[in-house]
Amino acid sequence: MDYELSVLDRKILNLLQKDFPLSEQPFAAMAAELNIVEEDLLKHIADMKKAGIIRRIGAIIESRAIGFYSTLCACRVENSRADEVAAIINRQTGVTHNYLRDQEYNLWFTLSCENEQKARGIIAELEASTGVPILSMPTERVYKIKVALDMGENNAI
Amino acid sequence: MKTMPYDEIDKRILRFMQGDIPLDARPFRELSEELGLSEAEVVSRIELLREQGVIRRISAILRHQKAGYKVNAMTAWQVDQARADDIGAILAGFVQVSHCYLRQVPSDFGFNLFAMVHAHDEEELSRLIEDMSNRTGVNNYSVFRSIKEYKKVSMEYF
Repeated sequence: MDYELSVLDRKILNLLQKDFPLSEQPFAAMAAELNIVEEDLLKHIADMKKAGIIRRIGAIIESRAIGFYSTLCACRVENSRADEVAAIINRQTGVTHNYLRDQEYNLWFTLSCENEQKARGIIAELEASTGVPILSMPTERVYKIKVALDMGENNAI
Repeated sequence: MKTMPYDEIDKRILRFMQGDIPLDARPFRELSEELGLSEAEVVSRIELLREQGVIRRISAILRHQKAGYKVNAMTAWQVDQARADDIGAILAGFVQVSHCYLRQVPSDFGFNLFAMVHAHDEEELSRLIEDMSNRTGVNNYSVFRSIKEYKKVSMEYF
């Protein structure tokens, strides 16, 4: 069932996507900004988590700052094998995103791990176990990483 | 990018922070007890990791689809290396673009600049892509709509 976002929910989502107010009682600070009581804020957040709108509240770690290597991979898979190949790829913990897309290169996934050599090893292993050649496109430059969505403040989606 | 040093306590804090912060009036209390630190010390450690850039940001991560952004696509553009920074900056300026990267790609693939876009419907998506093409002057591009999500998780580094 679809969860209907209220005006307050949208305000909460916009605020939650900004920088988290780091303090011993961060939710109290957010509630004050929204002019509501903390218990109400926590309840609305809990409801939106239950409805699957909020995936999590936490840190996004800068993989390059801790020396991690990341690459976008693509392959061409017959539609009848897509689910099976995707399942094999997903077993790798460094694979965080994996999508079936509507082009000739149809299976796209991201891979992060400690270094380039390890990434090459994982890709070679995946090519062997799936029988599918994999294109690896490592990040050269980052122009934008921002995952905040404008939720507006009205009911109409 | 320079690699930042962090110690064993930072590691445990990062392990906590890469997950889901508990919905509790004092979300760092339990962690601080485990680490034998005060909550204020834990908070200032997190603040420092953020200032150093090990933590890029702390916030809620939404599910695009459930938040009303039903049409999500990866756009890929073929750009000259010399113009990449200019075009990257233009594409990054669109509010509907969440991620924009220049990548090393095999020459037979060609598309080297990637932008993830989020729209409410197909019409908004088409208008957006036309606008992106007009503003950058790049006509050689491809739109990869997502048909199926097989995996979407946050990386567990620690």
